[in-house]
Amino acid sequence: MVTSLACAIFAMAAAGTWHGSRNGEPTASTATVLVSVVEWFGELGSFTIRIFRAAILPPYEFRELIRQCDAVGSKSLPLVCLAGAATGVVLSLETHDSLVRFGAKSFLPAVIVFSILRESGPIIAGLVLSGRVGAGIGAELGSMKVTEQIDAMEASAVDPYKYLAATRVLACVLTLPLLTVATDFCGILMGWVANTLTEPISLRLFLETGFKNVTFSDFIPSTMKTVVFGFIIGLIGCFQGMRTKGGTEGVGRSVTSTVVLCSMFVIVADVVLVRLILVLFPVS
Amino acid sequence: MAEQPTQTLVQIEEVRKTFGAQKVLDGVSLALQAGETVAVLGRSGTGKSVLLKIMIGLQQPDSGSVKMLGQEMTQLNPPQLAEVRKNIGFLFQHAALYDSMTILENVEFPLARHTDVSAQDRQRRALDLLRTVGMEHEGDKLPSQISGGMQKRIGLARALALDPRLVLFDEPTAGLDPITAGEIAELIIELKKTRHMAAVVVTHDLKTAKRFSDRMILIDSGTIRAEGCFEDLKENNDPFVKQFVQDAA
Repeated sequence: MVTSLACAIFAMAAAGTWHGSRNGEPTASTATVLVSVVEWFGELGSFTIRIFRAAILPPYEFRELIRQCDAVGSKSLPLVCLAGAATGVVLSLETHDSLVRFGAKSFLPAVIVFSILRESGPIIAGLVLSGRVGAGIGAELGSMKVTEQIDAMEASAVDPYKYLAATRVLACVLTLPLLTVATDFCGILMGWVANTLTEPISLRLFLETGFKNVTFSDFIPSTMKTVVFGFIIGLIGCFQGMRTKGGTEGVGRSVTSTVVLCSMFVIVADVVLVRLILVLFPVS
Repeated sequence: MAEQPTQTLVQIEEVRKTFGAQKVLDGVSLALQAGETVAVLGRSGTGKSVLLKIMIGLQQPDSGSVKMLGQEMTQLNPPQLAEVRKNIGFLFQHAALYDSMTILENVEFPLARHTDVSAQDRQRRALDLLRTVGMEHEGDKLPSQISGGMQKRIGLARALALDPRLVLFDEPTAGLDPITAGEIAELIIELKKTRHMAAVVVTHDLKTAKRFSDRMILIDSGTIRAEGCFEDLKENNDPFVKQFVQDAA
């Protein structure tokens, strides 16, 4: 079901992105869209190999990597914290009534902690970064491409795949798990605040009951799966940005397609990874 | 004293390039000696910029040979290509300055990547280059805060950062007023004198080109229609060459 939906969105993005179906122009045929999709995956594959090679082989761009970690990580922190806090509040308010109805009110802290640690925190952080960072990378590299700045870099004997792309992908990979921890923290904290406003409970008791049955296998795999989300966001942002064509309109198209594709691939990856985690780390 | 043998920096033979059905370059050949300046002229969209991009390896020709500084560009791997590029400066049509960096950082960028000089020396060298192009007081500004002519000057300073033996200019005077265009032309003449560099200048501005070039090449429909100095072009009987020289003069 999710896969079918993802295919449909991807095909729509493909038709819009690669053939620019505009008002008055005929939309791309199914065959053309399919060819575009296959081409897109082929190009993405060779781009990925190039990024891996650029990241592994010296010289290493540590200074640019740190700058990107700051741009991706610390500048996204307020937004992911806000998103996490909102999730915690909503989760607390929505779950409270349901649990009261079933006479399981005492489970509320555990429900909040488990759902945020295992799923809500990672996916919220992934989706927020798809929008903020994916769009940012797509727009920045897209405008660099159309203004020949990437060509200028290459002409100066600097590998743009190493300097621009590999550093951004690595920054996303490194910072997303940390941002997820921040999301989890804010979610749980604000879950407690929302809970304590309706039914006062001390933070200590909330955390003790919430974390009573939590193990590392509840926290580590679900947090580390965001490494994959970060890779997806960085890779697609750079890929779409660096293949931008057609001036400012092209930059706009790249940004839109980056956000759509990042969100979609993050969701699909989440489905796959949740299943994988359940197999590898079964709930006892 | 024995005369030094001339060194061929650029040797392009029978280069062909098509984009879809459009034949952009159709058997273009070009040779350039050390210290020589060649202007590549032609109408807009005749493949002049593509020729420059092929020369620096940003685009691959469909066929033909492109030897830059003795290296066949079509057969080099990325590290070898990077080594050749370090000896070639490139001024882009719209300067292509990195807009997230200040002007000083733009000029420092190639030095930071390819030399081991200290940050202080790097800054001093970048300021020297900015002084060469008359922009030493603008170092702290961003590219968006300066005019198009100034951006071209900064682009030129950046292209000269690694002391290249050859500089490729893509429309250095396009979009500039006649006075600024003249200043850029003077700058190229000055640099030619002081740095003894070779240059390939792609332009459609014949007036400016005849000031700094030793030789001119006129491209039309992907082929070379005329070659020689300005006087040679003036005396050429080809109707296209006659019209181009007449309209541009």
